[in-house]
Amino acid sequence: MDAFLVQAPGSYTTVQDNGRFGYQKMGIPVSGVLDSFAGSVANLLVGNPEDSAVLEITVTGPRLAFLREIDVALAGADMGAALNNQPVNCWESFRVSPGDILKIPQVKSGCRAYLAVSGGIEVPKVLGSRSTYVGGKLGGYQGRPLKKGDILRCGEGTFLDVPRRLPSAWIPRHSSEIVLRAVPGPQDDFFHKEGLVTFFQSEFTIGTNANRMGYRLQGPSIQRKENMPASIISDPTISGSVQIPADGQPIILLVEQTMGGYTKIATVISTDIPKVAQAIPGNVIRFEEVTLETAYSLHMKQKKLMREIVRSIS
Amino acid sequence: MSNGLYETSKIRVVGDRGLLVEYGDKIDPVVNKKVISIAIGLEHDAPAGVIEIIPSYRSLLIVYDPSVTTTSALQESLNSLEKRLLEIEIPPPQTVGIPVCYGGEFGPDIQFVAENHGLTVDAVIRLHSEPEYQIFMIGFTPGFPYLGGLPKELHTPRQKTPRTQVLAGSVGIANEQTGIYPVTSPGGWQLIGRTPLKLFDLERPNPFLYQAGDRIRFKPITPEEYRRLAEKGIK
Repeated sequence: MDAFLVQAPGSYTTVQDNGRFGYQKMGIPVSGVLDSFAGSVANLLVGNPEDSAVLEITVTGPRLAFLREIDVALAGADMGAALNNQPVNCWESFRVSPGDILKIPQVKSGCRAYLAVSGGIEVPKVLGSRSTYVGGKLGGYQGRPLKKGDILRCGEGTFLDVPRRLPSAWIPRHSSEIVLRAVPGPQDDFFHKEGLVTFFQSEFTIGTNANRMGYRLQGPSIQRKENMPASIISDPTISGSVQIPADGQPIILLVEQTMGGYTKIATVISTDIPKVAQAIPGNVIRFEEVTLETAYSLHMKQKKLMREIVRSIS
Repeated sequence: MSNGLYETSKIRVVGDRGLLVEYGDKIDPVVNKKVISIAIGLEHDAPAGVIEIIPSYRSLLIVYDPSVTTTSALQESLNSLEKRLLEIEIPPPQTVGIPVCYGGEFGPDIQFVAENHGLTVDAVIRLHSEPEYQIFMIGFTPGFPYLGGLPKELHTPRQKTPRTQVLAGSVGIANEQTGIYPVTSPGGWQLIGRTPLKLFDLERPNPFLYQAGDRIRFKPITPEEYRRLAEKGIK
């Protein structure tokens, strides 16, 4: 079923679900929504399973002309969206009719918005997932970001009896000063005590090179032990790994990466990856050291929160 | 130990979703074989909560769901696997033949590689197509094999400035490694030839031709054979 026509694509809009697992050993990164919280909530707001495919919209949004009656929801960064020139709220579902025009101008705060439609965005599954991996030209809509004139389809969905909204207490606030909790390792032993102190006590600014592969940061140089090299034998990476290349400037690796050849000082906990997804160049980042046990309990807390959200809005 | 294999593996924590297990500190066939064996053993009988197992040169990354398992549970599984490793049947590696047209437009850097070592182009081709290479790992792009076993006479540094576009099928050399670009991508390896074979093809039931641990042998072909095979591939 045709869902909408892309009249303008926005700066970087892709189809993503929760990711493609099991193929990183074949050189295919996980991909998927960067802000998994916002992606899941957008789906729940239109009555979808949490892992249905959505649009991930980056900084500047698309203009969409709907071709059928469906429920739609936006979550994540507030981009000042308007349906037929009437403002629509982020974190709330709304019904659209054929011919309706949804304009999603530009982020007010945050970086990425997620658009879900009832039934989910329908693109063929490639290696088990609908996520776009642009570097490999696979998945999503023809393996690439959306273009003007694309027509996207949706799956079979049911109409909501009443519109849904996320209670405001649960809406994340996107700040320009971000604290990311991180567990030291896998190669924290390559760094001086002072290097670790610098890493966990300094402020870093996000540079212009920030995308789904990784975010490059600028700040004080992180010192390794004298006899330790910056390069190691390449090994597999995971989203959240903070790599310190030879120049000492951290890079937070994200979802379109499979291998890395530099030492990684710490790993951002899974609960805080959505905060990276909503950070933009110029924002300031601080890393806060947590233990693995704390990371586990924060993960469980986040799972519990999602269960509460499911109960509350469905 | 000369081959770089650790007496006991080194466990490294990768946040709340990853466990990196290191088996040695060298790019070495013995170390890599150990990695591949453990990876196969784990996949065969995957502990609860394991999402992905990614082998690399000398380590493997286990990605897990922290709501199902923890690093300590995974370490126990690894320990018991180590003990049973000899009993686990590791399927023999398959050898995949890759036809390559060396030099000319297919391998623009072959002359550089030859001159770098005072060799003739023919000698480069002979040396490169002689060994059976071990696939140490796959990464970077879909199906890119990092191969070990390149003869010393061919070790050549990367290009000073990487190319913005390397065509799919290109065979390259970077220091002691050789590999093949399965999809068109940027790249800095010295290009010595190209295969008409599609190394990664979603149209095939199995899009991949090999996995880490398998072997690759290059077969020199002529430009005519390249074109014939390339056309056959398109149909």
